[in-house]
Amino acid sequence: MFAYIVRRLLFAVPILIGVNLITFALFFMVNTPDDMARAQLGAKQTTPEMIQSWKVDHGYDKPLFINTTEHSHGLLTDTLFMQESLKLFSFDFGQSDSGRQISADIYERMWPSLAIALPTFIIGLVTNIAIALLIVLFRGSTLDSITMGLAVAIMSISGLFYIIAGQVLFSKTWHWVPISGYAEGLEGIKFLILPVLIGVFSGIGAGIRWYRSIFLEEINKDYVRTARAKGLSEIKVLFGHVLQNGLLPILTGVVVVIPTLFMGSLIMESFFGIPGLGSYTIDAIQSQDFGIVKAMVFLGSVLYIVGLILTDISYTYFDPRVKLS
Amino acid sequence: MVFLLLSVSMKSYSNNWNSPYTSQQVNKQTLFSSFSSPPKHLDPVVSYNSNEWAFLSQVYEPPLQYHYLKRPYQVEPLTLTKMPEVKYFNQSGEAVLKNSSDIKFSEYLFELKDNIKFQNHPAFVKNASQYLYHDLTPQKLASIHNVNDFAQQATRNLEAADYVYAIKRMALRQNHSPILDSMQSYIVGLKPFSKKVTKAFSQQLKASGTKSKETYFDLNKYSISGVQVIDKTHFKIKIRGIYPQFLYWLTMNFFAPIPWEADKFYKQPGLVEKNITLDTSPVGTGPYYLAENNPNRIMRLLANPNFHDEFYPTSGLTKDSDTALLKDAGKRLPFIKEVVYSLEKESVPLWNKFLQGYYDASGVSSDSFDQAVSVSGSGSMNLTKAMQVKGIKFLSQVEPTIYYFGFNMTDPVVGGYSAKQQKLRQAISIAVNFEEYISIFMNGRGIAAQGPIPPGIYGYESGKKGMNSFLYNWNENHASRKSIEYAKKLLAEAGYPNGRKANGEVLSLYYDTAATGPDSQSQLNWYRKQFAKLGINLIIRATDYNRFQDKIRQAKGQMFSWGWNADYPDPENFMFLLYGGNATINTNGGGVNSANYDNPKFNKLFEQMKTMQNGPERLAIIKKMVHLVQKDAPWAWGFHPKSLALYHSWYKNVWPNALANNTIKYKRIDVEQRYAKQQKWNSPIIWPIILVIIFVLLSIWPLKKAYQKRQQIMLKNKKSHDLKLKGEVS
Repeated sequence: MFAYIVRRLLFAVPILIGVNLITFALFFMVNTPDDMARAQLGAKQTTPEMIQSWKVDHGYDKPLFINTTEHSHGLLTDTLFMQESLKLFSFDFGQSDSGRQISADIYERMWPSLAIALPTFIIGLVTNIAIALLIVLFRGSTLDSITMGLAVAIMSISGLFYIIAGQVLFSKTWHWVPISGYAEGLEGIKFLILPVLIGVFSGIGAGIRWYRSIFLEEINKDYVRTARAKGLSEIKVLFGHVLQNGLLPILTGVVVVIPTLFMGSLIMESFFGIPGLGSYTIDAIQSQDFGIVKAMVFLGSVLYIVGLILTDISYTYFDPRVKLS
Repeated sequence: MVFLLLSVSMKSYSNNWNSPYTSQQVNKQTLFSSFSSPPKHLDPVVSYNSNEWAFLSQVYEPPLQYHYLKRPYQVEPLTLTKMPEVKYFNQSGEAVLKNSSDIKFSEYLFELKDNIKFQNHPAFVKNASQYLYHDLTPQKLASIHNVNDFAQQATRNLEAADYVYAIKRMALRQNHSPILDSMQSYIVGLKPFSKKVTKAFSQQLKASGTKSKETYFDLNKYSISGVQVIDKTHFKIKIRGIYPQFLYWLTMNFFAPIPWEADKFYKQPGLVEKNITLDTSPVGTGPYYLAENNPNRIMRLLANPNFHDEFYPTSGLTKDSDTALLKDAGKRLPFIKEVVYSLEKESVPLWNKFLQGYYDASGVSSDSFDQAVSVSGSGSMNLTKAMQVKGIKFLSQVEPTIYYFGFNMTDPVVGGYSAKQQKLRQAISIAVNFEEYISIFMNGRGIAAQGPIPPGIYGYESGKKGMNSFLYNWNENHASRKSIEYAKKLLAEAGYPNGRKANGEVLSLYYDTAATGPDSQSQLNWYRKQFAKLGINLIIRATDYNRFQDKIRQAKGQMFSWGWNADYPDPENFMFLLYGGNATINTNGGGVNSANYDNPKFNKLFEQMKTMQNGPERLAIIKKMVHLVQKDAPWAWGFHPKSLALYHSWYKNVWPNALANNTIKYKRIDVEQRYAKQQKWNSPIIWPIILVIIFVLLSIWPLKKAYQKRQQIMLKNKKSHDLKLKGEVS
């Protein structure tokens, strides 16, 4: 397995170089260093001297891909692309264009994102599986039809509606939890309850429909019939056998998501005043801060690759038939 | 489970479940406010953004400030004993009189108040003759996460050298001060000084291979010829010619004092890595210091224990103002001991928290406008009954701002200065009905502009006197826009009868905009309709903001919308938007005259007016200038927006001041009233919880029965299946 992981990590290098190249090309296709300087300087009157000085100070005075003023290796290395890319692979994200340390910002902002995403993920997973099993238990009944109808309705409504409706109902009308805000430690729980509940609820429709179909597929298999033939109750069949075997396809979709959880949720964090990473990239794109954009795209790609590797590894634990070689 | 978690987290919070604050915060002089975008720069030499100045101005103290109550706006000493003394000199350096025509330089002499101290800060801590924290090791830094984590803090007196040091920092190009280029043309010696220190710093950076953020450059070794420290409490600044507006610049944070110790302290690489810099952790003498800087969540100010004596104004109220504003006259400032700013990116939670009493004041977004404000038939605004019941109050004022619709005066169709070209622009200016725009898109929050100068700025005239007679008629007691028929007549005289060119083709004009989103479509359609009234086909050229700016800078656009906020309350700050010397086309895109209006008569009057003191002579010139631009119509004038602020009855001494940012020190909270109202408005409603519990309990029984029934059916089916199998076997 070790050799497999090493091989996958090596494959990741050209992928990350490609992602970085595309990010770089797309960003500078839309924004020139002069535009970036103007956006960052924020002055009412921006003079050419100010722009030049900002570019020199931030290294944006260099050519993008090829430095024709250099001759030997400097032709390619003394360029903005190389200067901005090389450090990324050692996870040195440097400073944002507004002068803040990106690593420090990511470290500070990932915890609030996790504080929402992790409980939402775990509670959501458990709830969806539990409800899906319950429906499978009553499959074909009126309860099954009603729940499936509700699931489709929940899926069809925008997440924004749940956020605003949740804030109005639970915070404004019934005064149960704060409308928005964040605090660290135990004191922060009251701020997390509503976003987590809304996160779980808004994902429940899609979740139970997916898991129900997985469990229904399992329930007609021979091992389930055998279990029933042995006289096991339906609950024991479902929770003891169907759930265990149904987890494999669930893992495919779930493990890959885990590393990216700390990247946060844009809308949820904006509405609930959670100081997470959700809006970090979008804000950076809007303010033309290439330092942050390249760091976050790179990090997102790394986490996605890690998620895929973790999924493969998890297969070997849950399905002894799978061997990584 | 949810309620168990809630009770755990409620421990130190106020009695209300939904309160976002601790009881300790609610029960003292704490102001709860919000901010919508994270501040990027808190370095006073760099920051030029009102969102950032909301924090910075509470911490830093430039030499002058705006009087809190007096209108028109008046500048007064802040850290000075008196207003700066100004002396005038001729070219050979001899003193001349104020009204002399030979003035080549003005010299401002500043005298600081005694015993003003900086906030406590680790940069000032000394161990014998050494600064304790100016050479931090990684070990010492391990437990440091923000500037308040240092075990020791100290202060020192404000000195004249701190103001001079701030100007020197401004001159260093690597600090990217947005006003350096403007100030270089005024402050004597600033330009050569800037070149010298920038070059020296560049060389130092090259030699050390470090970045400017983490490299200290000793500015004390250099001096500016026009900026001199006389002694600990006196300094002087020499500027070229006469520039009365310089006093307004001295109210801005660019001129706030910076202690060199702080500059050196913050340039340590270990601190920069932790985002602890002068750009994130200000060091000032103001009424507050920044106790917490988390730009993505909360900014918290605490009262500065070292703050010098400053008292609430005892006079200056206008006749029709609320006399309760003088209730605290003569009392020591500040009243509020803590300010908590929470990041609220969305208007819905912000508004709802204001209604719950968790914010002391709020603006009014268009989403909540109808809920908050009712507009009468005459256009006057009042609070709705729901707001009145809560005791909410509101203040409204026209901002010293203009949003205008500009014509590119270098464009062959809409530009030019001939009578025909003037008539085309006048016709369009009549057709584009900004009263309607304000009503539809701004909920009536604004007034149509008659010229470039907004209300509250010297030179603005209201009523018939200030009316733009080229576009309006005076109708009994108000100005009414001239008819479309009249506009069509002007258009015909311009050579476009019914919006058609001489060859019969429909006249097509181009409007450049950066508004590309779906939300902007209604506004763009509205513009199309305004032009269609004249038979003109308006073509929208929407692009991203960068390309839009490029077009305007290079004078490639035909028509566009743009705006300007006052830097200071002087007509020069608006008239220069139309001065030929500032035309973008003449300044390589660096000028502020985006319309490229360049009328020699106007330019001459501007040069005359800009250095004059306010008075009848200046007013007469301003009137001439306004008349000229009204006739030439380089702008379709647009509107001046009206700000609307709501605040709770417990928030005292609230008075709008569009130019001053350091006003929190004057405000006060009635803590008992706030606490009582928060309790009343937010007591939790329990019945839905009971209902949910009953529902869950009641659901268990039928589910159990249904399951049992299902099991029995399955068993029965199994038995019959088994019997059937047995039969088949036998």
